[in-house]
Amino acid sequence: MLRVENLAAGYERGVPIVRGASIEVAPGEVVAILGPNGAGKSTLIRSIAGLVPKFSGRVMLDGLDISGLPAHQVVRHGLAFVPQTENVFGGMTVSDNFALAAAVMPTRERHARIAEMYAFFPGLEERRALLAGRLSGGERQMLAVARALMVRPKLLVLDEASAGLSPKMVGTVFEQLKAIRATGVTILLVEQNVRAALGLSDRAYVLAEGKNRHAGTAAELWNDTAIADLYFGGIAEREALA
Amino acid sequence: MNLQFIVDGLFAGAMIGLGAIGVTLTYSILRFANFAHGEFIAWGAYAALTLTGLIGFLVGHDIAPLGPFSFGWPLLAAGIIAMALTGLLALALDVILFSRLRARGNAIIMVMASFGASLALRSLLEFIFTDEPQYFSREIQIAIPLGGGMRLTPDQLLLFGLAAVLVIAMFLVMSRTTIGRSMRAVSENPTLASVVGVDVERVIRATWLLGGALACAAGIMVGITVQVRPYMGFDLLLPLFAAAILGGIGSMPGAVAGGLIVGLAEAAAVPLVGAGYRGAVAFAVLIAVLIVKPTGLFGLRE
Repeated sequence: MLRVENLAAGYERGVPIVRGASIEVAPGEVVAILGPNGAGKSTLIRSIAGLVPKFSGRVMLDGLDISGLPAHQVVRHGLAFVPQTENVFGGMTVSDNFALAAAVMPTRERHARIAEMYAFFPGLEERRALLAGRLSGGERQMLAVARALMVRPKLLVLDEASAGLSPKMVGTVFEQLKAIRATGVTILLVEQNVRAALGLSDRAYVLAEGKNRHAGTAAELWNDTAIADLYFGGIAEREALA
Repeated sequence: MNLQFIVDGLFAGAMIGLGAIGVTLTYSILRFANFAHGEFIAWGAYAALTLTGLIGFLVGHDIAPLGPFSFGWPLLAAGIIAMALTGLLALALDVILFSRLRARGNAIIMVMASFGASLALRSLLEFIFTDEPQYFSREIQIAIPLGGGMRLTPDQLLLFGLAAVLVIAMFLVMSRTTIGRSMRAVSENPTLASVVGVDVERVIRATWLLGGALACAAGIMVGITVQVRPYMGFDLLLPLFAAAILGGIGSMPGAVAGGLIVGLAEAAAVPLVGAGYRGAVAFAVLIAVLIVKPTGLFGLRE
């Protein structure tokens, strides 16, 4: 589905933040990218989505090289990205947010698809006339995810879906993501919340200093105390004590 | 007190509002104050004037005015073509000048460049047409009494109606169409807009076309009811910005409301404090509104 080959990327020429990352996501898989702060996780997926300039390497989506495409073309090829913050248009209503997302689809499909998304996220239907800026943090995250799913993406890419949410809201959002996974959507996510991420994922990569250092199934990484100590601040130990 | 200032103010306000829509859209979507916007008003008026003359020449005989109005169908036809041409002029200015500077991402340089463009465009008009005022028609119109001592000429009444149609059409474009939603999206968050699939460059082109066309409409209104001069747009520039800021930057209904308020305030100033303070009154109103609501009447953000 997605194959990233030796990607180097960054905001300023000559200052790569991602330095040769290679990852792969198979169809139907949920893959997490984990790692310490400043490892380049967000830059990596923002670059995959066409938002951060690539210096070298390739991004292939379903056999198609999308490395050179700007963000608005990437979404048309079936890669939907949900940014970490400010991921909805707060000055527009929920229904306008949906209509805008649906605009990349053929006209005759839009109406039915918007109805499907309301059916999948019933909480948003009753808020359709409300400005998205007035939604709660959790509802906003739902809207951002719903907006991305609108285009029936081959791959859903999420940047820190748990950022800024209360622990209870994180639970709700990840329950929703599990429901989305159950529909067969392939997901690539970056996450600080290691426990929530590994609970959702099939596999994960650990990124450090702009490169992927470790890879494995969610269970392997969860049980590897050496990796936990090194990158997740000994999360396994803390979990054991809790 | 004579209430005529209300009619005059609302009419002037409609012209300012049409121009201010372009200013507010450019400011919120391209993120710079375009001081050349006034020139689109003047160029639009001259384009309509020239095309009207051209149509008259091609037809080869005098064309009678429509009903009670001072102009015939050639002006209406010329107006539509001139609106398209002015939109293209705005687009051309972007291709030649602003798009190159945009790549460097410095708003101050864009503003300075727009000052230069304004000067160049105005001088070019003066060079081609001289600074001698020109008129769409020299006919004297009999004003229609509206009651309360207020009067309006048939021309003004028709233009006011056409301005209202343009504003409503523009409102529908912004609220109901994909390009309108895309414009609002880019003005709020360009990065998120591109992630959602909006082609930002296309939105920028639409912004110039629409802003230029509406400026041209304002220019024709001024031209028909006052006169056509190279400085006609530049003279409106400060009221345009006052209206856009008053209404809240980025808000299209705000720009129209701001325009009407500025127009009314300026017209009210004449009988109350004298014509000399006309310009100052618009700014007094602007400051008063901004003290109470810093984001402007319809503004969402700083």
